[in-house]
Amino acid sequence: MTSLWLIRGVRPYGEDPVDLLLRDGAIAEVGVGLVDNDAEVLDAGGLIALPGLVDLHTHLREPGREDAETVQTGSRAAALGGFTAVHAMANTDPVADTAGVVEQVWRLGREAGLVDVAPVGAVTVGLAGTQLAELGAMADSPARVRVFSDDGFCVADPALMRRALEYVKAFDGVIAQHAEEPRLTQGAQMHEGVLSARLGLAGWPSVAEEAIIARDVLLAAHVGSRLHVCHVSTRGSVDIVARAKADGVAVTCEVTPHHLLLTDEYVTGYDPLFKVNPPLRTADDVDALRAGLADGTIDAIATDHAPHAMEDKECEWAMARPGMLGLEQALSVAVEAMIETGLLDWRGLADRMSVRPARIGQLDGHGQPLEVGRPANLVLVDPDVRRVVSSADLASRARNTPYAQRELPARVVATFLRGRPTVLDGKAQR
Amino acid sequence: MKQHLLSAADLDLGDATLILDTAAQIDAALAGREVKKLPTLRGRTVVNLFFEDSTRTRISFELAAKRLSADVINFAAKGSSVSKGESLKDTALTLEAMGADAIVCRHSASGAPHRLAEWVQGSVINAGDGTHEHPTQALLDAYTIRRRLGRLDGVRVTIVGDVLHSRVARSNVLLLDTLGAQITLVAPPTLLPVGIGSWPVEVSYDLDAVLVKADVVMMLRVQQERMNASYFPSAREYSRRYGLDARRMAVLPEDAIVMHPGPMNRGMEIAAEVADSVRSTIVEQVSNGLSVRMAVLYLLLGGDSK
Repeated sequence: MTSLWLIRGVRPYGEDPVDLLLRDGAIAEVGVGLVDNDAEVLDAGGLIALPGLVDLHTHLREPGREDAETVQTGSRAAALGGFTAVHAMANTDPVADTAGVVEQVWRLGREAGLVDVAPVGAVTVGLAGTQLAELGAMADSPARVRVFSDDGFCVADPALMRRALEYVKAFDGVIAQHAEEPRLTQGAQMHEGVLSARLGLAGWPSVAEEAIIARDVLLAAHVGSRLHVCHVSTRGSVDIVARAKADGVAVTCEVTPHHLLLTDEYVTGYDPLFKVNPPLRTADDVDALRAGLADGTIDAIATDHAPHAMEDKECEWAMARPGMLGLEQALSVAVEAMIETGLLDWRGLADRMSVRPARIGQLDGHGQPLEVGRPANLVLVDPDVRRVVSSADLASRARNTPYAQRELPARVVATFLRGRPTVLDGKAQR
Repeated sequence: MKQHLLSAADLDLGDATLILDTAAQIDAALAGREVKKLPTLRGRTVVNLFFEDSTRTRISFELAAKRLSADVINFAAKGSSVSKGESLKDTALTLEAMGADAIVCRHSASGAPHRLAEWVQGSVINAGDGTHEHPTQALLDAYTIRRRLGRLDGVRVTIVGDVLHSRVARSNVLLLDTLGAQITLVAPPTLLPVGIGSWPVEVSYDLDAVLVKADVVMMLRVQQERMNASYFPSAREYSRRYGLDARRMAVLPEDAIVMHPGPMNRGMEIAAEVADSVRSTIVEQVSNGLSVRMAVLYLLLGGDSK
């Protein structure tokens, strides 16, 4: 496949149409009426160009659960969703708590060649929450790990969390906290509220998330460290982060697409496709999350793409694993929740799905503006189509999408990674 | 009537009344008969699918189906294929292939019967799912109240105990509200769910204050595993504050009855002299359970064959 592309008539950030010439992995020219007789031409009339999306929170499941997802299939799902970089979470088997495992995941990502796979390192050995993993070794490995997380588990021990926040300063790392006070969520199955009372499912109270975030922003302020909070899901969490930011704490946070769209009402039928951690919350929380994302309190949309084998979802609610797919529908969900509501424009969406997540993850080649000389990592979106999601058509190996049969706006037409198309006409190129 | 009985909320006033009336007719039809058996469900298959030990509920359903001449299969999933890793779905499909017309399901996971209902053609009857619901228990309780007090509309029912974890309480609140009763829940605040404000009930933390105006007092069983989880300081303190003893029973209105779904912790939530008093309907509840379950099976399976 050639690496010289002329993209005609595309609207960067939804603004006036221009032509983009991509050469040698970079944006070589931007202008109207560009000509290059050697270039492959892509007529992008009506399409919007955004910098390639960056996901701070992806579960690729390899090594260990290749029946649910592999780096290859997850990379394909990511590219189809418009992503050019993803952060692969550490809760694999074996856990990504050594330089060897993160390096393996990083190499698998390079071999797949569809997105840049940035491994996340575990904070503690085996995600057990008792002993720091060799964070420095992971940072110094070829995988160049900068984000560390025990995601799936909270670093609940405050002393250990403090040490982790301090230690990663040596290599400018960041701890991404899964905020869940474990004693308040024992056996928890869904958001604690009116519906959990009716459905007889043990409640996961908002305060279990908020209490940890409050503690951690205080710790981060005390030791002068950066903190990133994974998948905030409640109004209270948004309020705490907003106040911490106002106080000058170096805290960032993310929200998932599903928390921007779905509520705990979906639990009513006990279908574990809607079981996720943190759980789906109330409509009031959804409103607060959208507002927080719009005003910048929430920095990023991160998918928490969590593939699961069929048998882990076709079962009783309590026995099912939490998590849902997100990569392929993330942009569409964001368009419905944020663009169609007028809360963000396309530039704002690019900021939350590319610019800021790339900065938080320290991925230099990503999240760059669509300007001459910048890396040619970009996505072309058709904003005018609406499509019904079919779980059979997903590129993920798993099928646990909560959006099946739902009509969503916008479609990723093409994705370019360093000037080469990973997706063309909505089809993955590898 | 809907195809399944998964929640007491599946029953509107007409459905609920029909079940209670049918139970009464069955009782009348069988009264004094030597052979307590009706031919109604001959050739139909009822599977008791019990993922949780519950001898009394299982026996009640088994006898109810047999008295309607159905073929009954007891599938105790503990120690069977399920514990060897077979999924609920595979179990459902197996029973489906064997031609089960009704599956009576008891499961420790809330919502398990709802899942089951998606995978089978026959009727699913929820015989207790986790901390969610137990609709036939509510029906037999309503039937018992109606027999004793002659009505349900306007009856003041006080339910006492571990509402948070009680499927009996959830189903009773829904059904008794549909039937027009006035419900008061009494429990320590730790054993009431967050979100209870949306329920059609009054809530009190003070048992003594509500007993004087209760036509029915329904005591819930306190599970052993709550005792050491800081829901309350000790069994003794619980008993002192929320147990029904002879002194408390004495302040009840003259015709008030005392109910318990069983099995009881005598001396804990209910004193022995209360359980054995004339006000107690505990033994009646068991026999009424049989009639009500016959009525449910008859109405879900009887008549038109699918």
